[in-house]
Amino acid sequence: MSRRRHSDGDDGGQSHKRRRTSEPVEIEDRLESLICRVGEKSTSSLESNLEGLAGVLEADLPNYKNKILRILCAVARLLPEKLTVYTTLVGLLNARNYNFGGEFVEAMIRQLKETLKANLYTEALYLVRFLCDLVNCHVIAAPSMVAMFENFVSVTQEEDVPQVRSDWFVYAVLSSLPWVGKELDEKKDVEMDRLLNQIDGYLKRRLKTHVPMLQVWTAEKPHPQEEYLDCLYAQIQKLKKDRWQERHILRPYIAFDSVLCEALQHNLPPFTPPAHMPDCQYPMPRVIFRMFDYTDAPEGPVMPGSHSVERFVIEDNLHNIIKSHWKERKSCAAQLLSYPGKNKIPLNYHIVEVSPLLLHTKEFYQLENRNLVHFHSSVFCQVIFGELFQLPCPPHIDVMYTTLLIELCKLQPGSLPQVLAQATEMMYVRLDTMNTICIDRLLNWFSHHLSNFQFRWSWDDWVDCLALDADKPKPKFVKEVLEKCMRLSYHQRIVDIVPPTFSGLIPADPIFFYKYQDEANSALPGYAVAIAVGNAIKNRASNEEILTVLKDVPNPNQEDDDDEGEGFNPLKIEVFLQTLLHLAAKSFSHSFSALAKFHEILKALTDCDEGKLHILRVVYEVWKNHPQMVSVLVDKLIRTQIVDCAAVANWLFSPSMAHEFTRFYVWEILHSTIRKMNKHVQKIQKELEEAKDKLERQQHKKQKDSGDEEDMEKNSEDEDGQLEEQIERLQEKVESAQSEQKNLFLVIFQRFIMMLTEHLVRCETGSVDFSTPWYKNCIERLQQIFLMHHVTIQQYMGTLENLLFTAELDHHILAVYQQFCALQL
Amino acid sequence: MSIKLNALFSDSYVDVSQYRDQHFKGNRYEQEKLLKQANTLYVGNLSFYTTEEQVYELFSKSGDVKRIIIGLDKVKKTACGFCFVEYYTRTDAENAMRFVNGTRLDDRIIRTDWDAGFKEGRQYGRGKSGGQVRDEYRQDYDPARGGYGKDSIGWQVIGIVAFKGNF
Repeated sequence: MSRRRHSDGDDGGQSHKRRRTSEPVEIEDRLESLICRVGEKSTSSLESNLEGLAGVLEADLPNYKNKILRILCAVARLLPEKLTVYTTLVGLLNARNYNFGGEFVEAMIRQLKETLKANLYTEALYLVRFLCDLVNCHVIAAPSMVAMFENFVSVTQEEDVPQVRSDWFVYAVLSSLPWVGKELDEKKDVEMDRLLNQIDGYLKRRLKTHVPMLQVWTAEKPHPQEEYLDCLYAQIQKLKKDRWQERHILRPYIAFDSVLCEALQHNLPPFTPPAHMPDCQYPMPRVIFRMFDYTDAPEGPVMPGSHSVERFVIEDNLHNIIKSHWKERKSCAAQLLSYPGKNKIPLNYHIVEVSPLLLHTKEFYQLENRNLVHFHSSVFCQVIFGELFQLPCPPHIDVMYTTLLIELCKLQPGSLPQVLAQATEMMYVRLDTMNTICIDRLLNWFSHHLSNFQFRWSWDDWVDCLALDADKPKPKFVKEVLEKCMRLSYHQRIVDIVPPTFSGLIPADPIFFYKYQDEANSALPGYAVAIAVGNAIKNRASNEEILTVLKDVPNPNQEDDDDEGEGFNPLKIEVFLQTLLHLAAKSFSHSFSALAKFHEILKALTDCDEGKLHILRVVYEVWKNHPQMVSVLVDKLIRTQIVDCAAVANWLFSPSMAHEFTRFYVWEILHSTIRKMNKHVQKIQKELEEAKDKLERQQHKKQKDSGDEEDMEKNSEDEDGQLEEQIERLQEKVESAQSEQKNLFLVIFQRFIMMLTEHLVRCETGSVDFSTPWYKNCIERLQQIFLMHHVTIQQYMGTLENLLFTAELDHHILAVYQQFCALQL
Repeated sequence: MSIKLNALFSDSYVDVSQYRDQHFKGNRYEQEKLLKQANTLYVGNLSFYTTEEQVYELFSKSGDVKRIIIGLDKVKKTACGFCFVEYYTRTDAENAMRFVNGTRLDDRIIRTDWDAGFKEGRQYGRGKSGGQVRDEYRQDYDPARGGYGKDSIGWQVIGIVAFKGNF
């Protein structure tokens, strides 16, 4: 292919011509492609491909050195799963061209500084790891790497910095040791011991307030939910005890040892970690997700525990693969399945985690290559669910994981579906201690997954949930799953797919409840007007005509002789809205049309806060069996500004909705409402920024063009004036929106505090255990508000602390707030 | 830091397909421009019985849905197996192309594609009989899409004659 360009023109004149007219851009693209694709499936060995590529690049250095430098820096930053392939390549290049090696190291250091400044901490991590592996490739001298590590660890001595800052630097050191620990220990064991001691001291005094908020399960058994730094440190300690013998990482440079050890090494320039700045956003701490047990199989495979460093490396690589390929589910699934590539796991040391439910089945022992197969399935489940359940948020959009698992099921139909079923079963069994937020995600995933497989599931396996109270996690979970399944299908389908014993958990038929349905209700106040309004709407009466009809509705809130005028009239709202929604009940589109057509009337009727609250109550009354419809109507009412976000929050927390408080759809509505509020603020802020930028550009241009005719200046002055006015207006808008946003959170938190305090006080005076299923649900929902909207809430911490989360609060409630603060301390 | 390695990180699920709306008012260039900015998706291979609610639920998984327009048989004014889904943002639509396209709704693999934007009249099937063109000549029996294709009988007869002719 491209090698022909570098041959000695043995094709004669033609190739000479081609070489001369070949665009540099084409060559650069080809270089990029060559470098990016090395290490992929190939008929030749990896070693020979690397050797060949090193030759090609060395020849191209005179003309394309900068491009090659940039490409190599980019792959170091963006392709961590191929780290050792590229470090080997750099090693070979350094052996052939010492200067290039030096320039590459310098470029990497520059890049590291830039990524840290830009808050790209994950990429910075990959760069540090890359530099470490360059020690193994004889590009960087070990002592200078140790010196960099020492500078990193010295961050733990800094005062008045967030803990998450020193956390990152310690993590950078520890997470690189699987690659380079052995080499560094051989060359500088005294320094390395000292380093690890310092780290040990830091980890011991470090605060772990944040951990409970990030755990998927609240129980320690059977799978301890370890804090990520503690887990990694335990893995490194074990590695050290094993004399730094790491068996999983593919190390192509070993094959080139004779060449590489002839190379001259470079010293890393002294690297001072950039100082802490207020706008630095360090990564949040994590809790390691474990879902399968460490058990010994009766024959053969050794199961390394959760503290084996191979576990860290494998899971890290799988997470990196997802990070690189999440947008393309087929490639992502293929890449996951072809990991670890040509490096077969040695049969006498299996990195396999086997579900205990599988262990003693006949199927397991009959499987060909069962260890390899189960390595894939079980570890995938762990990695993928680990991401899906990650708190505060999954790294990628939830639906991606559903689709990825479906692709994996297609590619491994003999094992993944079964392991997935077992994983689901396992999580069902442990629902009692699972964080509510994770239960939400689990039921979303499960119902969507089932809808792709004809809703086939062994429901009878879960018959135990029928004996439990409806408010317990297991029956609640099944009920919510069935409701979600119904949304993706229809009511009768759900009736058909579950055994008759489950009929109590089947969702209600989503029908409309019309108060003024028939003659039997004619005694109800407003009945006559309801009929009249219905007819008026059907006859396409105008808004004025309808309002006239509505005038006849008595106001239960007013005295007969009260002439204060049109105050809030709940009956009027009820009569109109019930009738309107009844006529429009056929579909979402019909209802949306109705709301749009009679927007004027609705706005008039709900001018005050009580009106807004009442409209929401009516929507619920008529559609209480169709939560999905309630959600979309509330969404439309907010978007058309008939109700505001605070009204929705107040409604959901009101006593009339207390019986629905633990239902999933209530929280869907609340979080959707908060998101709308946030997006609204962001939108106006963006408009403001754009207007400011425009003004700046205009003024900048004026400066450049100064000296033009007077006319031009006058026009631009007008333009400036207009823009300034616009900016002022937008500024006001932003402030008003932010005020509304702050108020929304205050309302929500206040309500939570009231509800929880009431419950705790009642339990205390009654001497009952406060830890009921309702309480667990409620306190975790409070956590969820903090976690899901942490970016926005950070702005209002001062107000929250002064007004709401004060020391007088019950410590159970205050603890949630303190854990939240600890996430960014 | 400027290199993004475009060669490697493709996003092919989001690419515009080969389909172009023959009734589009404007030239090819304009249509492509709109497709590349669109927030609207065409969704095909739906069952005639799939409801707006089901589409809402599924497509909400990639973001807030602005509106859904169910495709109708021009004559019968009943659902004829396609719809448009419009999002508030392009990002949400892209995620639908990546993660909803090619998965099942009502047990059928549905297909999504970029759409230049809904205009009144585009909610109707363009087949001779009122439904979608693909249902005019479809040879297989699909109970969720009205059974046999509208004109498949005609094609079957032609097939038999041709077959006999071969003897």
